[in-house]
Order: sequence, then structure tokens, then C-alpha cells
Amino acid sequence: MATQAAPSKLIKGATGDWEVVIGMEIHAQVTSNAKLFSGASAEYGGAPNDHVSLVDAAMPGMLPVINEECVRQAIRTGLGLEAQINLRSIFDRKNYFYPDLPQGYQISQYKHPIVGEGLVIVDVSPTERITVGVERLHLEQDAGKSLHDLSPSESHVDLNRSGVALMEIVSKPDMRSAEEARAYVTKLRALLRYIGSCDGNMEQGSLRADVNVSVRRPGDPLGTRCEIKNVNSIRFIGQAIEVEARRQIGIIEDGGKIDQETRLFDPGKGETRSMRSKEEAHDYRYFPDPDLLPLEFDQAYVDALKAQLPELPDAKRARFIEQYGLPPYDAGVLVMERASADFFEETAKGRDAKLAANWVINELFGRLNKEGLDVTRSPVSAQALGAIVDLISSNVISGKIAKDLFEIVWTEGGDPKEVVEARGMKQVTDTGAIEAAVDAVIAANPDKVEQAKAKPTMLGWFVGQVMKQTGGKANPQAVNDLLKSKLGV
Amino acid sequence: MSDLTHLSLADARDALKSKKISAVELTKAHLGAMESARALNCFITETPELALAQAQASDEKLASGQAGPLEGLPLGIKDLYCSKGVRTTAASRILSNFTPPYESTVSGNLIRDGAVTLGKLNLDEFAMGSSNETSAFGPVISPWKRHGDPDAKIVPGGSSGGSSAAVAAHLCLGATATDTGGSIRQPAAFTGTVGVKPTYGRCSRWGIVAFASSLDQAGPITRTVRDAAIMLRSMAGHDPKDTTSVDAPVPDYEKAIGASVKGRRIGVPKEYRLDGISDEIAAFWDQGVAWLKEAGAEIVEISLPHTKYALPTYYIIAPAEASSNLARYDGVRYGLREQGRDITDMYEKTRAKGFGAEVRRRIMIGTYVLSAGYYDAYYVRAQKVRSLIKRDFDTVFAAGVDAVLTPATPSTAFAQGEQGSTDPVEMYLNDVFTVTVNMAGLPGIAVPGGLAANGLPLGLQLIGRPFDEETLFSLAHAIEAAAPKFDFPQPWWR
Repeated sequence: MATQAAPSKLIKGATGDWEVVIGMEIHAQVTSNAKLFSGASAEYGGAPNDHVSLVDAAMPGMLPVINEECVRQAIRTGLGLEAQINLRSIFDRKNYFYPDLPQGYQISQYKHPIVGEGLVIVDVSPTERITVGVERLHLEQDAGKSLHDLSPSESHVDLNRSGVALMEIVSKPDMRSAEEARAYVTKLRALLRYIGSCDGNMEQGSLRADVNVSVRRPGDPLGTRCEIKNVNSIRFIGQAIEVEARRQIGIIEDGGKIDQETRLFDPGKGETRSMRSKEEAHDYRYFPDPDLLPLEFDQAYVDALKAQLPELPDAKRARFIEQYGLPPYDAGVLVMERASADFFEETAKGRDAKLAANWVINELFGRLNKEGLDVTRSPVSAQALGAIVDLISSNVISGKIAKDLFEIVWTEGGDPKEVVEARGMKQVTDTGAIEAAVDAVIAANPDKVEQAKAKPTMLGWFVGQVMKQTGGKANPQAVNDLLKSKLGV
Repeated sequence: MSDLTHLSLADARDALKSKKISAVELTKAHLGAMESARALNCFITETPELALAQAQASDEKLASGQAGPLEGLPLGIKDLYCSKGVRTTAASRILSNFTPPYESTVSGNLIRDGAVTLGKLNLDEFAMGSSNETSAFGPVISPWKRHGDPDAKIVPGGSSGGSSAAVAAHLCLGATATDTGGSIRQPAAFTGTVGVKPTYGRCSRWGIVAFASSLDQAGPITRTVRDAAIMLRSMAGHDPKDTTSVDAPVPDYEKAIGASVKGRRIGVPKEYRLDGISDEIAAFWDQGVAWLKEAGAEIVEISLPHTKYALPTYYIIAPAEASSNLARYDGVRYGLREQGRDITDMYEKTRAKGFGAEVRRRIMIGTYVLSAGYYDAYYVRAQKVRSLIKRDFDTVFAAGVDAVLTPATPSTAFAQGEQGSTDPVEMYLNDVFTVTVNMAGLPGIAVPGGLAANGLPLGLQLIGRPFDEETLFSLAHAIEAAAPKFDFPQPWWR
């Protein structure tokens, strides 16, 4: 899948075009009550070292016991990635010293992960869809947190996160722009939320990305990559890729070469900085954890989990296209969040689905974004939006009036039907009344009438005048038809 | 009173049940013996108040008919087992101030069954050693003396040297021990005691300071085979906190004592006739074969072709696991901390001061064999050899052999400083007959077979099928019954 990027994705350098190649390791915290190998709470927050068991603190003689819920979630996620599920996998120790790593090793899966190759289908834009390969998904322990700012002379350690289960999802180097990378993370996060295996909350660190970036001349073999560690927002992922690609291009164009290294992104300064070089990289001395037997389960277990999976975004998108006749991109936008998709389906129930989709995507999402609200906290319910759609479909109100109505329902609430009644917002469909208004406008503007006969586009001006006279309530189609016949255009 | 320390565990149990003695007087007798045996350095920490309180509670239970299987029996606990509220050191300076807030599963099982815990027994640091000379709390001295050599301080074996010496010196009725490459069986053989290394997974490892997780196993050291059977029944059992422990019922091992061994097939591996084996040990082995034959067992020569690779393989796998298991002793959360300029300096100073030479050596060996570029050549290969060693035994057992008989050690006990001071491998060779059992995860028992010409005990080893400790107990009891009786040393240390 290491295809070449479309010309539009190439970066212009001083000496020609460059292609950026991106692969990602996403660390997704598993949604579970307890940690991967201990019974301590995996809840976010809490006073420092409140959620720490004897196992998490690596007290002498303590042993890990696998939390079945974390295994279940990893398998479900693997199924969502359409990946190979390995019925036998092995936990290894990754050895290194750090104060927030109490055991002196992280329990991870190295050679035999629980999930093998899979894929993610990503909609980059209304017209572009890519497939990003997934190399593997494995389970591992999170580390604790070192706090260096509590005292001038000492560092403190908070082990609340120590031992919390993470899924590391490793992509293939299949992305060719910051935009693709952002879209990949957005899609992956949506998938995890649908499955319910990770809340995807990047602010709380439930989802973190290590981004591998390299550049090359189109058609050349892969360049030397740098890994940007722990980027914690989708926006920063995009920024980090752009500045890192520029940095690498600059070095190569100046005759230098890229050193394979680990870098950190500083969003404040908009730059990446070297963290450690390849030479400084740890020798992790991986070996199978002798405290844990190989993790084994049977195909029936996997099949049962598969049968219980909810409808996932790709299937839902396909269904929306098929069932509601939506354009693919609109369907894709609607299924990004399960709650949005549910909201749409509720709104569209028994109605013009395309019209409903337009209203959900354009009016509702637009407004929610502006206010920074989640669809679950929308002041306009799906029922209310459905009622507005009904009023438009039955020609009770015009699209323009509907926007005013939406605004009223958003800010003041109320049943849209009643609001329309109470405030006299009904569209005038009485042709007699419309005709009177049309006649009045024609009579008052003989000069414009002459102009319109020569230049039919003047019709719009007349429509506007009639709408003004009727307070916007005249049925626009009726106005149009009457004007056309009376003006003879 | 001191006579009470000469009871076997089984006899003490019966005397308590029939109210001939009380748990308090039995405990006091042992506490007295401990106090007068401090020259042997068997205990790192004595817990007399705790022991007396437990004994009093036991007497109440005995009186009210609620006695557990080990009610009121004073035992020693190897200081590798975490004891709730009692300092637990692993005989290392790095844990010299560590008091766990939890009790290991196995010692907890003993306490649940009514045992009285006298204190924490000395050992080689982190169980790494075969002579108890690597303890940060000083070496343990065996109660045994070589003929004509009253000044030599004989080692009790290791790593469970405190356990073996304390049991041989009648400071406790039995002791817990652990065995990673021979650490129960070799000290038992050196001190004329019985030591059982159960099948891997038979006892929980939870709460026992880890040395090499895939090899470590808890077991008892006692003065009789019956006593070992009684203790193991209480120690063994499935523990959900250790996923390598096996969920299989624990038999009443004592019932195997006295069971006929007629028709049992005993394998004698030709590969164990090593070049270095002394004539005396070879003859002793033959004697063991003869005893079992007389008891009705059938003797067959067997081949365990990968035996010669067992020791080098063990000294790759055990240090590899140890190097990782001991990483947690970093001065950050508990144990010794030496201040440093920065975190790396603190780690280095803490670990340099906290670990003794043998532990440091094994951490370095383990780190080396797991390193990039060496992992495949050493660790991966060693694991392959390990499966071949296991297959050797599988083949033999599949051919109908019930147990394998070997010497427990290549020699009798030596004196302090006599081995390994210039070449550590010399000390490692002590494990030559025992490591295969750990590598294959099998049960093994060391049973005394009398005394050598130098006056020191000789031990035989029986190796059984997985989870067939019962057969080992019957066979070991047959040897015990046939072997010449010997007296444990008179208390010269008082």
C-alpha cells in the first residue's frame, strides 16, 4: 500500500517536489475498570498514587494477572480493524530504568501480538478515500507520571496510570500528507468510540500518537524517518508533520542527511526538537515474561465477540448511502460519531432523508461546532429538527424561514409547529395574496419591468421585492411562477 | 523442655492433639534453642513475640477442637517469603529495611493451617548461591562437623542454608525454602535433611521475592519424609494471584508414606555418571539403587542425553530472568536508597551498594545474554535446549519410568571459603544434578542416605512425573527406612 502520493500532496522544496511518508503508533487506553495486570482502578484522575496496587508499585514478590476485560476489548478492536486475531499471543518484558516504571520493565507484546494485520478506510475529503494498513495491535502497560515541578531538588512520581492497559495500534507507512494523517486519527478514534474500547479523549491522554515522518523524492525508496513522540491532539499531529517534513527537506536540500532519532513537538514554538538519537536508543532486552503464560483463547470466543459488535462506521455509511440515498461524503460525515448518526436517523425517520441530512450537517453541526457542543447536548432535539424538516417538506415554511425557526428553537426551545403558528411564520400559499403583491410591485416599477424584459436575470430583483412585501412568507416557487407569466420572461 | 525440639513434626503434631504438650511449651523450647544457636546465624530476624502469640492462639484452638493440620507447630520461614509486618530482606542490603504489608501465599497457607512462625531464615542473597556465603547478613554455619576438623566451618548449602541448618540443628520442626536450581535439595543433602522441590506450579510464587520466575518453586525442608509430606500439603494449592500456579487438587501426601513401592520402575540415568563424580558418591548412588531394589522396585538404565547442557543453559536462563526481576530494586519506592547527583547516579550508587558481588555478577550475565545481538545466540538457544531437556524426561516417563534416582550433589558439604572464591563456576557445579529438574519443571526430593567417611551427610535425589509428588514421597520413605540411621550433631554451638 506504499503508493505514491497524488501530485497535489507533494511539498515544493527549493530543488523540486518532495513526498512525505507517515506512519503512526497510536496508544489507546483501554476502557476498563481495572488495570491490565492488577485490580487497581484505571479511572482518570484521583489524588496522586491513589489508584496503586501492590502489583503496580512492583513490591517484591508481586505477580501480574491478566485482566480479561482488556483482552476482550483488544479483540473487539482488532475485529473493528478487520484484522487477524491471534488465538495465541505472548507478553514480553521491555526492560529499562525510569522512576515512573516501577518494575524496571514494561509488560508489552513484542513478537507475538494479540492482533495482526488489518486496515482503516479513511475519508480524507468529499472526493478522496484512502486505505491505511494496520501492522498490528498489541496490549501493554502504561507507565506512571514523573512530576518535576513540585520541588526544586526532587522529582515526584504518580503511579496512578502505572499499569493501565494500552492498545498500541501500529499503522503501515501509508499516509502521504498531514491531512491524511489527521483524517486517519479521526477515523481511528471514531472506530474506537463505536466499539467502546477507548474513549478517545486526547486531552486526558487516553489517545496519544507517535508519528513517524520521512521524506523522499517521488518514486524513491523510503527516506530515514524520525519519530515524533507523544503528540496529543489531532491538530498538533498535523502541525508536527508539516514542520518536521519541512525540517527534513531543508536539511536534505542543504546537502545534509537525516539522522534517525526520536523528537518532540513543541506546539508553542511550532518546531520539533531532538529527544534522543539512534545511538542513545535503549536496548530494551525484550524477552517473554515468565510470570505470564501465553495468552490463549479459541475462535468461538472471537466469533461471539464479533457477533456482538455494534454496527461500525463503514457499514453504517454504506447503509446510509443505500437506505437514505445520501451522497457518500455526507454519509461519512454523519457516521463519524455514533451519536451523530443516531441523531440523523431519528431526525430522518419517515421524512425526506436528504433534506434531514442537509439540516443535520449544515445547520445543526455548524451551530454545534460554533458553540463547541457535542451532539448529545444539542439544544435542538432530533424530534424538533424533524418537525422543522416536516414544516419545510409540507411547504408550511420556506427554507429561509426555517433558518429563523431553527434559531428560535435553538435559543428559546419550544415545539417548532407551535412556534410557527404563534409567530405567524407560515408561508403564504394563497395565490390571490401573492398575486396582489406581485401586481403591486410591477405597478410600482414600470422602468424595471422594461429592463426585465430585456434581461431576464432581473427576475431575482422582483422576487426579492415581493418577498419583502410579504414578510418573507410567500412561497418562493409561487412568486417565481407568477412573475414569470406576468412579465412574460 | 529441650527434648521437645527433638520431636519430629508429625510426632509433635500428635502430641499436641493428644494434649501431651502445649503449643506454648513447644514454641518456647524452639525459641530457647534458637537463642542458644545464634552462632550458627540461621535467622536474620527472630519473631519470638509473634511466635508466642500464635502458640497461645493455637493452644486455644487445640482446646476447642478447631485445630488446623499444623496447629501449634513451630516453623522457620526463609527470608525470601514476604511476612506481613515482619522485615523481609532476601538476605540483601538493598532490602535491609523492607517490611512488607502482605503475607506470601505459601507462608499464609501455613499460618492458616495453624503453624507458629519463629522468624526469618538466612539464605544466599536473593537465593543466589550454593553455600549461604553470599548473604549480606553473614554466612550460615552448618551444625555438622567434618571428622578430625573441628575448626572448619562447614557450609549448610544454599540458597536455603538457614532453613537446612535450622532444621538440622533442631531450631524448628520444619522450614520453608525455595528452589530455583537446587536451593532446597542441595542444602537438604548437605545437612542430612529432607527437601522437596515440588512440580512447577504446585505452590504459589505470590509474595516470594522472585529470583528466576520460570524456575522458582517453594517447598519444605524437614527431618523426615513424612514431615515434608505434611508441610507440603499445607503449602501447595492453586492461587489466582499466580497465573503459573496450577488448579489441581492437593492430595493428602502423608498417605503416600509407607505405600508399597513394589513394581515401581526407577530410572538410573547413565549421563549422571560424570567424570568428576567421586567413587564415594558413585558407590552411595549404587547403594540407593540397591535399597529401592530390595524394597521391590524395578531398576532400569535410562538416557537423558541433554543433561550435559543443563548447567550452562541454566546459567543463561536464571540470570536473564533475575536481571529483569531485580530491576525493581532501584531505590525509588522502598528499600535502600543512596543519594546521587541525578537519577542515574542514584540508581548506580543504590544498586552498587545494595547488591553483593554474586548478585551483581548474575545481573550482568543476565543483562548480557538478553542484549541485542546476543539474545538469539544465548537466550533463545538456551530455551531450545531447555525444551530438549524436558523432552528427555518426557520420553523416559512415557516409557513407563515412575521416578529417576540420582545423587543430590556431586560431593558432601565443604567448608567456608573452599569453593568458588577464585572461580564462581566451581560453586555453580554444585547444581549439576539438580538444575535439570527446575528446567523441566518436575518435582524432586532430596533424602538423606547416611553419612560419608568424613562424617558429613550424603543425599539422594528422586525426580518424578509432573504433579506426582506422592510417588516421590513413597520412594523417599523407602530409602529413609532402608538407609542407616544417623544422629544429628550434638549442639556444640551452645
